[in-house]
This record gives sequence, C-alpha cells and structure tokens, in this order.
Amino acid sequence: MAVPPGVGTRDWETALRQFRRAAGESWVFTSDDDIALYRDAYSPLWGEPEERLVSAAIAPDTTEQVSAVVRTANQFRIPVFPISTGKNLGYGGSAPNLSGSVVIDLKRMNRVVEVDDKRHFAIVEPGVAYFDLYRHIQERGLNVWIDCPDPGWGSPVGNSLDHGVGYTFGAYRDHFHSHCGLEAVLPNGDIVRTGMGALPGAKTWAEYRYGFGPTVDGLFAQGNLGIVTKMGFHLLPAPQAYQTSVVTVPRRRDIVPLVDLVNELEHQALVGMPEYFSPLGGFGRPGPPPQELVALMQRPGGPTDEEFDQYARERNAGSWSCRLQFYGSPKVIAAHLEHAKDRFAAVVAGSAFQDGELLRFPLNAEQLDRVHKVAVGIPNMSIFSIGARTELNPSPSDGHLWFSPIIPKSGEAVLEAQRVFMDAFAKLGMPSMVSPFTMPATWMHRAFIFIMAFPISRSNVAQNQRTRTVFRELVKVAAEHGWGEYRTAPVFQDDVMAAYSFNNHSLLRLHEAIKDAVDPNGIVAAGRSGIWPRHLRRTRA
Amino acid sequence: MKLVGGWWMVGSEWSLASVVAAVWVALLYIAGVPAYAGATSARQSDATVQKGNEAYQYWCATCHGRGPGHPGTVALTAKYKGALPGLLEERTDLTPQTVRFAVRRGTSIMPFFRKTEVSDADLDAIAQYLTRRASPRR
Repeated sequence: MAVPPGVGTRDWETALRQFRRAAGESWVFTSDDDIALYRDAYSPLWGEPEERLVSAAIAPDTTEQVSAVVRTANQFRIPVFPISTGKNLGYGGSAPNLSGSVVIDLKRMNRVVEVDDKRHFAIVEPGVAYFDLYRHIQERGLNVWIDCPDPGWGSPVGNSLDHGVGYTFGAYRDHFHSHCGLEAVLPNGDIVRTGMGALPGAKTWAEYRYGFGPTVDGLFAQGNLGIVTKMGFHLLPAPQAYQTSVVTVPRRRDIVPLVDLVNELEHQALVGMPEYFSPLGGFGRPGPPPQELVALMQRPGGPTDEEFDQYARERNAGSWSCRLQFYGSPKVIAAHLEHAKDRFAAVVAGSAFQDGELLRFPLNAEQLDRVHKVAVGIPNMSIFSIGARTELNPSPSDGHLWFSPIIPKSGEAVLEAQRVFMDAFAKLGMPSMVSPFTMPATWMHRAFIFIMAFPISRSNVAQNQRTRTVFRELVKVAAEHGWGEYRTAPVFQDDVMAAYSFNNHSLLRLHEAIKDAVDPNGIVAAGRSGIWPRHLRRTRA
Repeated sequence: MKLVGGWWMVGSEWSLASVVAAVWVALLYIAGVPAYAGATSARQSDATVQKGNEAYQYWCATCHGRGPGHPGTVALTAKYKGALPGLLEERTDLTPQTVRFAVRRGTSIMPFFRKTEVSDADLDAIAQYLTRRASPRR
C-alpha cells in the first residue's frame, strides 16, 4: 500500500481508521486499482517516475465530513488534494501536484442547494456537474440559464476555481468572476463562509459578493488555503431569443478595427461572446496548407500585407471574420444587430454581414441539433468530437495538454502572437501549431487566450518529454512578450508562476507568507500554482 | 470545430493509438460469460438492466448517444467503418468485461471513471444493459 510522503506507517494506519470513521468505510480507497483511477488520464508524465500519483482517496459526503478528514490530515501532516468532479483534463485532471497526496474526492457532495430564478443565482456543492445543474433547472422549469464550458461533465465549483470559462454573455462566462460567496474548510478543519455568508442567517449570500471587510475568495481559486465545499453563482435570466451574424472584413490589416469594434460592442453588453476566425484557414482545416501559401510563407521576411490581401482576393474570401452573438428579445436583437452593422459600415470599408436565423426559445429538436449548444447555455460533450477518432483523424491521441497564454484583446496583439509563436515553433524544429490565420479564443471577457493543444500519449514517453520541453520553452517565449498563462497542468505550474516575477517574485512571496500562516503544516494541495509549503519550498533562482 | 486544436498540424508524429486499439480489439474476442448466465432470476436481471439503462443514460449517453454531437458514437463509427454499430446500445457483441475495461481503463481520449462517479454496482448494471442482447458465445 502506498504511504504519503513524510508519514510513518503507524500514523498512516491510524489516519486511515479515522478517515474511514469520518467518511464511511466504503469511501476510503486504497487499493492499487482504485487509486489508479485518480491518475491524470491526460498526464504528460504518464508512466514516468515523475508522474503525480495518489496514495489514497477519500470521498466525504458533507462539509462536516470534509472538516473531520482535514483535521486528521493536519494531525498527521498528511498532504491532501481536493477535486470536485476531477474533469480538469488538459490542465491536470484529478491528479495532485505532490505525488503521494491523498485525494479528497468531493463528487458525492452533489447537492444543488438553491436556484432562484427571480433574483438569478444558484448555490451548489462541488460534486454537482453542469449537466446536473442544467437538469435541475429544466426539471423545475426555472427561468435561468447557466454558462457552461465545452464539456458539460465538469463542476461549476471546480471549473470556476481553476478560472474556467464559458460561452454566453459578458462576465457570466468568466466563471470565477460570476461566483458569489463560498464555503471552505481550512487546513485546521475550521469552516469559513465568505461574503454575506459570514453573517449568520444571511439572505444575500449568492447575490452580494463582498459582505464586509477584505475579500478573500480569490485565494481559494488556483490556491491551496482550503477546500471549497459550496459556491454561489450569478445566473443569466433566460433570453427570449438568440441570433448570430458573421461579419467579414476584406483586408489583413482590418483585423485591427475588427477587434476594436467588436470590443466596443461587447463591452457595451450589446453582443455575447464573439468568435473570430479567418476564412483563409485556421481551426477545422485539416490537411496540409495550400502550396501557394507555403511558398509565400517560406520567402525571407514572409508575405507582406498586400500579398496576403492578394491571396484572399484570389480566393474570393475575406481576411477575417467574427461571429457575433445576440441575446434578448427579437426587438432588442434587431436593434443591436442594426447598430453593429452601422458601426462597421462607418469604420471598415468593404465589411459584410451574413445573418443567421433568429431562434426563439424554447428551441425545437431540429434547432437544438444544429445550434452551438454551449452558446445557449446547454451543457454537452460535443467538443470531444475534435480529439476523438473521426474519418479525418483516424489515429487520435490519448489526450491533450492546453497551452493558454493571455494576450491583449487587439488585432495588433493577435498578429504579434502569430509571428512570435510561429518563430518559436520554427526555432524548436517542430510543426507550427500557429498559422498567419490563427485567431485566439475569446472566452475571457477582457482578454484573448492564444490557446494551443498538444497531443499526449500513454505509450510514447519520448513524445511526452519533447512536448514538455516545447511547452516550457513556450512559457518563456510568452513571458518575454508580456504574456502569461491563465491556467496550466501541475507539471508546469512552477514554470508559469516563475514567469509572474515582478519585483523578485513578490506575488509568490506573498502567497507563501499566507500559506505558511494559514496552513503551517502545508497539507492542502502542496505546490498548487507553484505555492509550496515551507518544508517543500525550493530555492528560487 | 471552432476553438480547439492546431492548424495544419500533421498527425503522424502524434499517432499512437495503435496499442490502445490493439488491446481493445483483442478484448472483443476474449471469451466472456453470456449476459444472462448464472443464477440471477429474470426479474432481477430486468431490474438490473433498467438500472443499467438509467446509469448509461446519465454517465455514457452524453458521448455515446445517438445523433450529432456525440463523440463516442462518432469515434466508434469511424473505427468500425460499418462492421459494427457506432452506437454502443446497438451492439450485440459486447461482453461485461469489455464494458468494465473501457470504463475503468479508458480508451483513446475517453478517460477512466472513478468509483465515486460510476460505482461498481452501476458499472455491473451498465454492463448488463449493454449485453442484454448479446449473442450466445460459441
């Protein structure tokens, strides 16, 4: 049987007895088969000695049980690592930073505590999946939408605590931003509620964020000061209708006014999440690039803007497009769409709109089949169609790893990121994941994510090692240009935190000071976001 | 195909599913017990199959359901090219062992499921559900 690092066998056996008493005999997992299920299925360290493994897993059912488990862990200085639904695939899955940690698996805590469709909020436990919350709302006919990430099997609590994102409207799709109040078990077992929740009998826990005094909620997101056992979220009142319209601009340099104008519309809350793409290439274009483009790209200095424009004209295509999403009543949508067209007509010569169908809710089955479900708050799993085996992808990988640098929300920044990362891939001697037509993801409300996916193998160690080398190099390249990752798998969290180095890593030093004060034994999620307890802290270069 | 993946990323360097595929195919031919073998009464079996159906709809159908947007069904359709149904519920060749293996080991980009998600009892019921029409083994 595996024993956590730094824990004696006798203490471990005593602790296991206490864990079983707290959570129930059948909810403490120690067999090799059972704890193997807590490996990161997409681990870039799969099968290597450095892979982050667990020594046991405990699945408490209540906050009080979590508290009892944590008290025992603290008593014996046993490292623990909480997971909600454990579906953080591509960013670490259910595996801890510190090998040998005991996972506290909160999946059994799957209660929807409250949903209010007049004041538009929900309070949920960590084991609730987006599917569950959606079903709860639908079964009761409640007049609210959720904002969900691509895979619906994740947890609103877990997703928001890793700064996860979604697809609908403004701040709702920044899931931590849309949270309001949380409950957490501290490393000494104490239970704390933030915001209005600190006031016994509070009526507005999930509505007014701040309560009174300093706000500490952010310390629990990507942090390791406690185990979150409840969270409130603001919800969007269900809109009456939805319509998309794709605006296309002709020239390469039009990317600058395109992004500026869409920013204006979005930050005025006139459109939901914009989705950028280039009609000339990018996502969903399998196979090798056209020979004419390869020839252009291989010229010293690369193509000029005029040559790109000529390339677009020859294909009778625009250079850039953006799918705008409008929500609200049909009248509101029509007015917002008309305004968007007026703005583009005034600013970008040659811009053109292609309107989608106006969809009124509820959608019929045929409409449901073709709508981008997450854009209308419906959790699903269709995103995995991209990585899964298809006719175009006959040999799928075993998983993937996300590289997710945050760049400014401007056309200039996109063009710069394209150049910088194409150069970086060329220097690293590997096929570029970025093209002159790559557009960023737009899940964040006020920044772009220039996201890339690296395939992961469960059998090819050399490939994974190469991927890790490339990944670390890209973290450095990004940092040199003022871009940092918003989220990453445990194996890279030290690297990413090291890039956030202003004033000799003063932010990390603050995190460490807080960590030492709140968790002196360093038991909770040691190493999360590069924040290690004192006894495991490495000397920084 | 909107927001994920690389651009013109050449697949061959990363193709590695052959081992997984080989294990999977091999398992299809491992001798298994017929779905209704043993002393289980028909009524118990019906109840288990029903429970398995419910657990399947909850845990599996989001990827392995019918219609567009179900990556598990898309993947199996691409894999078997008509030799077997892409929809697991239409298969008659599955054994409880293959079902348990897929859920607890994962395959390709499908991860394995923990016991706090799919309990052993639910997994047995799902296995019964998916093998309810299994052809008798020869």
